[in-house]
Amino acid sequence: MEQTQSLWQFMRQESGKLLQQTFEHIGLTFISLLIAIVIGVPLGIYITHRRRAAGAVLGSAGILQTIPSIALLGFMIPLLGIGPLPAITALFLYALLPIIRNTYTGINGVDPLVKEAAVAMGMTRRQRLFKVELPLAFPVIMAGIRTATVINVGVGTLAAYIAAGGLGEFIFGGIALNNTNMILAGAIPAALLAILLDFLLSLVQKMGRGKRRTMLWALPFIFLLFSSFYVLPLGYSSRLLAGFTPEFMGRSDGDIGLRVVYGLKIRTVVISDAVMYKAAFEKKLDVISGYSTDGRLKTYDLLTLDDDKKIFPPYYAAPVIRQEILEKYTMLAPVLNKLAGHINDSIMTELNYKVEHLGQTPEKCARDFLIKEGLYKDPAPTVEGTIRLGSKIFPEQYILINMYAMLIRGYTGLHVDTKTGLGGTKICFEALVNNRIDMYPEYTGTALLAILHPQTEDVHRLGGDRDSVYNYVKGHFVKEYGLTWLDPIGFNNAYALMMRRSQAQQLGIRTISDLAIYLKKNKL
Amino acid sequence: MIEVNNITKTFDGHTAVDNVSFTVEEGETLVLLGRSGSGKTTLLKMINRLIEPGSGEIRINGRSTQDGSPEELRKKIGYVFQNTGLFPHYTIAGNIAIVPRLLGWDKEKIRKRTYLLMEKLGLPATYLSSYPHQLSGGQQQRVGLARALAADPPILLMDEPFGALDPITRVSLQKDFKELDELKSKTIILVTHDVQEAFELADRICLMDKGRVIQAGEPRELLSHPADGYVKDFFDDQRFLLEVKMMDPLDHDALIDAFNHFKNRGN
Ligand SMILES: Nc1ncnc2c1ncn2[C@@H]1O[C@H](COP(=O)(O)OP(=O)(O)O)[C@@H](O)[C@H]1O
Ligand SMILES: [Mg+2]
Repeated sequence: MEQTQSLWQFMRQESGKLLQQTFEHIGLTFISLLIAIVIGVPLGIYITHRRRAAGAVLGSAGILQTIPSIALLGFMIPLLGIGPLPAITALFLYALLPIIRNTYTGINGVDPLVKEAAVAMGMTRRQRLFKVELPLAFPVIMAGIRTATVINVGVGTLAAYIAAGGLGEFIFGGIALNNTNMILAGAIPAALLAILLDFLLSLVQKMGRGKRRTMLWALPFIFLLFSSFYVLPLGYSSRLLAGFTPEFMGRSDGDIGLRVVYGLKIRTVVISDAVMYKAAFEKKLDVISGYSTDGRLKTYDLLTLDDDKKIFPPYYAAPVIRQEILEKYTMLAPVLNKLAGHINDSIMTELNYKVEHLGQTPEKCARDFLIKEGLYKDPAPTVEGTIRLGSKIFPEQYILINMYAMLIRGYTGLHVDTKTGLGGTKICFEALVNNRIDMYPEYTGTALLAILHPQTEDVHRLGGDRDSVYNYVKGHFVKEYGLTWLDPIGFNNAYALMMRRSQAQQLGIRTISDLAIYLKKNKL
Repeated sequence: MIEVNNITKTFDGHTAVDNVSFTVEEGETLVLLGRSGSGKTTLLKMINRLIEPGSGEIRINGRSTQDGSPEELRKKIGYVFQNTGLFPHYTIAGNIAIVPRLLGWDKEKIRKRTYLLMEKLGLPATYLSSYPHQLSGGQQQRVGLARALAADPPILLMDEPFGALDPITRVSLQKDFKELDELKSKTIILVTHDVQEAFELADRICLMDKGRVIQAGEPRELLSHPADGYVKDFFDDQRFLLEVKMMDPLDHDALIDAFNHFKNRGN
């Protein structure tokens, strides 16, 4: 069962990473904030005297603000690639509106009588700006900077999606691994950081004039100092660059296994799997941690490196079903098992490719395949009860669930109710255990590491063998949850390291050991 | 000497100041008197170019105000607002020092000048490090006057300087104003809608209505020889008090004359 490690223990154990991520986060926040201030304040000043420009500038900045952050990062990738540049650019764009708007309203809000008095005493535009308007607008401008800071700390967590580091690495790794401690180890420091920075800036905002002047000289240096916290997450420098998902970074069979078992020393950035494959294709990354049946392997012509030391446990897919249902409808098991043996890795990759890249609907893809395999039968009239099918949210699961639905409709008199899009492992599994669904396709490795959490010795004893893992999982599921694993479908959607086929061939790399040796020989 | 020649100002087709001309001699106090909206403020602001004149010309000591930059012009003209316009983020000392600092005076000279003005305006030096909002309305107005006088400008423009004060404070400030030696040598244009105040402070009065000067002259002249019905009516309500004010307090016969005149009119 779940290891009962306290949050505090986790944070101490991972203090090195935590510190680095916090520093990266502060750095990211301040670099983008600094640029936003340098551009936003003058722009805000400029538009105070230009009504029409004001509408246009505030309007555009407002529109930028409404773009969801994930989407904005998405737009950045084709333009600026991955890494710090697009992350800083996106954060800068979010910080811009509050700073421009508050500068504008702050200066416009200065008592017109005071402004007129300044004119009447013979002050020039410049003198009025620096001696009257800016000092009086200062608290409002500071409020804008505070808002921007809090926004940047929050949105900054998304930087982890595009290999720019920060506390998002823990947060998204934790979500993927169903590890609450890891989520909190990222989320709590991020929240504290937002509160702390907001508080410190509120002190500056309320400062008297004398202190404030000193502060205004010091502030750029403080900002620059904080900005310099952002040093790219360079583990090692190496000839090739790896991009791993937060999940892969955090699990024992992932990055840690690579280092311990293979002695792989590669410069690594953390990145979301949504952009990882494309980044590899575009030569932004050389090695990535993908799934071996992902359709994008084919889309981007990537090569799976052979896991010759077997560190990645097998992830064979099979339907997991409530025992009650199997007993109630005895004809069901043979029907669901019809798929077994029909889909190997390359067929699954091909099917995923059709859906992910060619834009086929999972339903058409499933139907075509069943017809080709001679398994398809038109729906039989419904005579008996209902079976509820669930799936996680990615194409492979959609395809499988469509195939099962068609098989059940064709070969039994059961009504099928599909509940697709049940998020990740945790949600599907909980739904099954709590009798909200009757069946979903699961992977042996996931069941082992994310649901059963056996002792480390047990995992080693299983040794990554296909059948022992399957039997272990099957036995425990029946005993502990009353759930049955039907026959494996045949493909293994395991973790895999991937490279561009052309580069791998050119460097003569076929296995992970080859990669480790290449890196050792070609140290920088 | 200030010469205003045929000045007109139009806002969106509405003429606020209509072909006005007058002259203010050096050391003289001219009061622009008129009801609200008669164009007094607009006229005053055109003198230091807070508002640019539409047409016509203003000369100060023979030189057109359009020669040179408005900033240079304004630094030589003190300006007092009705609602002070003090800088809320500056101390009293800082507010008084604004123009001297713009003119690049050295610190010691500014300090001496500030202390002198505070004393002359009856403000304790302890206020120097206070902020405007910590002072009463009357005190703020005194600071506003000190600020206008700080660089010792030869000309002072004042827009309803006592208008926002309660009657008691107003009277005491008017009295101090009249006695202030700093002001004796200054050329002053003061705007007010208050007839009593005009008669109290003016060497000469310009009575304005609808942007035009209806009559200009010494107070006594306006009272005794009104140019038309408007002028006569303007003073009628307060004629008795004004006549008394004009009088030598020892001239008994004149006093009784005035009283009888007032009584008969009342019937
Ligand atoms: N900036 C302006 N824009 C348009 N109309 C104005 C402006 N300033 C003053 N006016 C108009 O000009 C006239 C004279 O105003 P003002 O000089 O303020 O009069 P006063 O000071 O005698 O009360 C008024 O009708 C006023 O509404
Ligand atoms: Mg006025």
